[in-house]
Amino acid sequence: MIKLFSILLSITLVLVMAVGCSQAPDQGQNDQGQNKEEKLKVGFVYIGSATDAGYTYAHDQGRLMLERELGDRVETIIKENVPETQECEKVMTDMIDQGCKVIFANSFGFQDYVVRVAEAHPDVIFLHCSGSIQGPNYSNYFGSIEEARYLSGIVAGMKTKTNKIGYVAAYNIPEVIRGINAFTLGVRSVNPDAVVMVKWTNTWLDAAKEKDAAIALLDAGADVIAQHQDTTGPQVAAEERGCWSIGYNADMSHAAPKAYMTAPLWNWGAYYVKAVQSILDGTWTNEPYWGTMKDGLIDLAPLTDVAPEGAQEAVDKIKEQMKAGTFDVFAGPIKDQSGKVVVPEGSTIPLEEQLSMKWFVEGVEGKIE
Amino acid sequence: MITVAFFKAAIIAGIPLLFATLGEIITEKSGHLNLGVEGMMLMGAVIGFQVGYTTNSPLLALLFAAIAGALGALIYAFLTVSLRANQVVSGLALTIFGTGFAGFVGKSLMGMKMTDQFNYFFRDLKIPGLGDIPYLGEIFFNHDIFVYLGYVTAIVLGLYLYNTGKGLNLRAIGENPAAADAASIPITKYKYLHILLGGALCGLGGAYLSLVYVPVWQENITAGRGWIAVALVIFSGWNPYKAIAGAFLFGGLDIIGFRLQGTAIAISQYIFDMAPYVATIVILVLVSLRKSKKNAPPKALSEPYFREER
Repeated sequence: MIKLFSILLSITLVLVMAVGCSQAPDQGQNDQGQNKEEKLKVGFVYIGSATDAGYTYAHDQGRLMLERELGDRVETIIKENVPETQECEKVMTDMIDQGCKVIFANSFGFQDYVVRVAEAHPDVIFLHCSGSIQGPNYSNYFGSIEEARYLSGIVAGMKTKTNKIGYVAAYNIPEVIRGINAFTLGVRSVNPDAVVMVKWTNTWLDAAKEKDAAIALLDAGADVIAQHQDTTGPQVAAEERGCWSIGYNADMSHAAPKAYMTAPLWNWGAYYVKAVQSILDGTWTNEPYWGTMKDGLIDLAPLTDVAPEGAQEAVDKIKEQMKAGTFDVFAGPIKDQSGKVVVPEGSTIPLEEQLSMKWFVEGVEGKIE
Repeated sequence: MITVAFFKAAIIAGIPLLFATLGEIITEKSGHLNLGVEGMMLMGAVIGFQVGYTTNSPLLALLFAAIAGALGALIYAFLTVSLRANQVVSGLALTIFGTGFAGFVGKSLMGMKMTDQFNYFFRDLKIPGLGDIPYLGEIFFNHDIFVYLGYVTAIVLGLYLYNTGKGLNLRAIGENPAAADAASIPITKYKYLHILLGGALCGLGGAYLSLVYVPVWQENITAGRGWIAVALVIFSGWNPYKAIAGAFLFGGLDIIGFRLQGTAIAISQYIFDMAPYVATIVILVLVSLRKSKKNAPPKALSEPYFREER
C-alpha cells in the first residue's frame, strides 16, 4: 500500500514538474517578444539528409531560397535524418523551445506526430508535406508532381525500343500510384503500344535494393527505367546495362551520365517563400496548399543529350498548356487495367479522388499489393 | 522470375553479407559478440568510397575500407578485452557510432560516383574452364574480382579455423579461455587480432556495397544488412563454409520479392524480409533441441575473461 502510494506520489510530482517546465519557456518567449522585434524562426524537420541528392536535398534548396528571399525577417533551423517515430515529436518540441514559430515537416510519416505537437502548441504553425491533416494551426502542402511525371513519360515513351519501360516504385501509397498512372498516360500519349512494368521495393532509401529492382526490370526486357525512389540506384542499373533512365527529385546525370534523360523536379522554394510571407503578413490560413507547374512548384529537369530527338518539342508543347492551366493529366477518357473506361471523355479525376487513388490505368503491368 | 539472372543477382546480393558474416564468425570464435557489424560495415563503406574517390585506386580503396573496419573493431576490442565492458552494449554503441561517422564523412560524397576506370577494375571476369559450365558457370564464376575474393576468404578462414594450430587455439579461447590461458596461449593478443580481422572483413563487406554493388555513395547504404549478418552467423552454425551457402540464400531472399511480383506466386516482400530472422530462430530451436555440440555457439561467448577469477 505504501509502495503504491509512493509510486502515485512520484508520478504526480513528475507530472507537476512537466507541466511547470513546459509553461515556463512560453512565458519567457512572450517577454522577449515584447522587448524587441525578433526574426521569425522557422524549423524544418527532414526525413533524410540535406545533401542526399534527392528528396530532402530538394526541400533544403527550397529552404535556402526562403533564406535568400526573406532572410532579413526570417531565420531557419533544420534537423536532418529524423525518423518517423516518436522521436520526431521530440525534435519538434525542441524546435519550439528554441523559439520556432513555424515548423515544416517534410515526410508523410510525421503526420500523426505533427497533429499531436500542434494541438499542444496552438501558437505555433505546423505545415506538413504530402499528408492530409488540417486544423486551426496546422495544414498540409504538396503538389501535382504528376504533371512533370506525365512529361517525363513522353520522353520515355519516345525513347523505348522494346516498348517496355520499367518503373521502380517505393510503396503502394496513392502518391506513388498517382505518379505511375500519370507517367503511363504520358508514355502512351506518344507510344500507345508501350507498357510500364512496376516493381515495388518497400523502401525509400536502400540504394542496393532499388538498383536490384531495376535490374529485375531490365532482365524482363525494359530498356528505360523510371523511379519513385530517393536514391540513384535505379539510374546506375540502367547505366550499367547501356539502357536509359528517368530520375526523380534532382538532376541525376552525375550518377548515370550515359543513361539519364530528365527528371520530375520539385521547386519547394516557391511554396516556402509564399507560405512564410503570408505568415509574416498575418494572412495565413489553414487552407491546404496544392502546387502545380503553373505555380512554379513543379518542373521537369532540362533534357540531356541522351533524350530522344523531338522529345523537347513534344514536352514543350504540353508544358506550355500546363503553365497556362489548360492541360489536365487525368482528363478522360482513361481506362483501367482491365480495359474498362473509368473516366469518360469530358470528365476528369477530382483532386480528392487522386489523393486516394488505388488503381492502375491501362498500360501498367503490375499489381497494387 | 527464377532464372539464371536471378541466381547471379542473389550471389551479388549475398557478398556483402558473406564478408560481414565471416568477420563476425571470426570475432565470435574468440569469445566476443560484436553487434557493431552494421557500424563497421558503414565505416568501411564510407572510407573505401572516400579513398577510392580521391585516389581513383581500387586497391587503396579496399585496403582503407578494411583498415576503417578494423579501427572500428579496435574501439570495441579495447572496451571489451582490456576494460572488460559489456559486449552487447559496446557493440550497439559501435553501430550507432559507425552510422554517425559514415553520415558525417559521407556528407560531401553524397550522390558522387566513381570513374569508369575505377569501375572497370570490378568488371565481370569469367573464370576460364569453370565459367563455361552450363548455368553454374554463369551463376558462380562470371563475377567481379570482389566476389571471388569472398569465396577465397571463406575457404581460407575455414581452413584456418579447422586445419591449423592457430585456429585450434582461437577456438579454445572461445570455448574455455581459462584452459587456453593455462596452455599458455596469449589470450589478449589472439582476441585483439581476431576482433580486428573481423572488423576488417565487415569493412570490406560495406565497401562492396559502396564500391561495386551500388556504386554511388548514399547515406546508410547498408540499410540493416549488418543485422542480417549477425543472424546469419547463427544460421550458419559459426562455420565459414556454411556461411557461403547461408549468405547466398539470405541474399536471394533479399531480392526475390520484386522478381515474384506480377507472377502467379505473389508473396509480399515483407514475408521475405522476415524470412532470414525466422529461419535463424528455427535453426536456434533445432540446435538446442538436438543438444548437439556441433553448430553450438562458442561456450564463452560474450563472457569477459578475468584471469584472476579462475
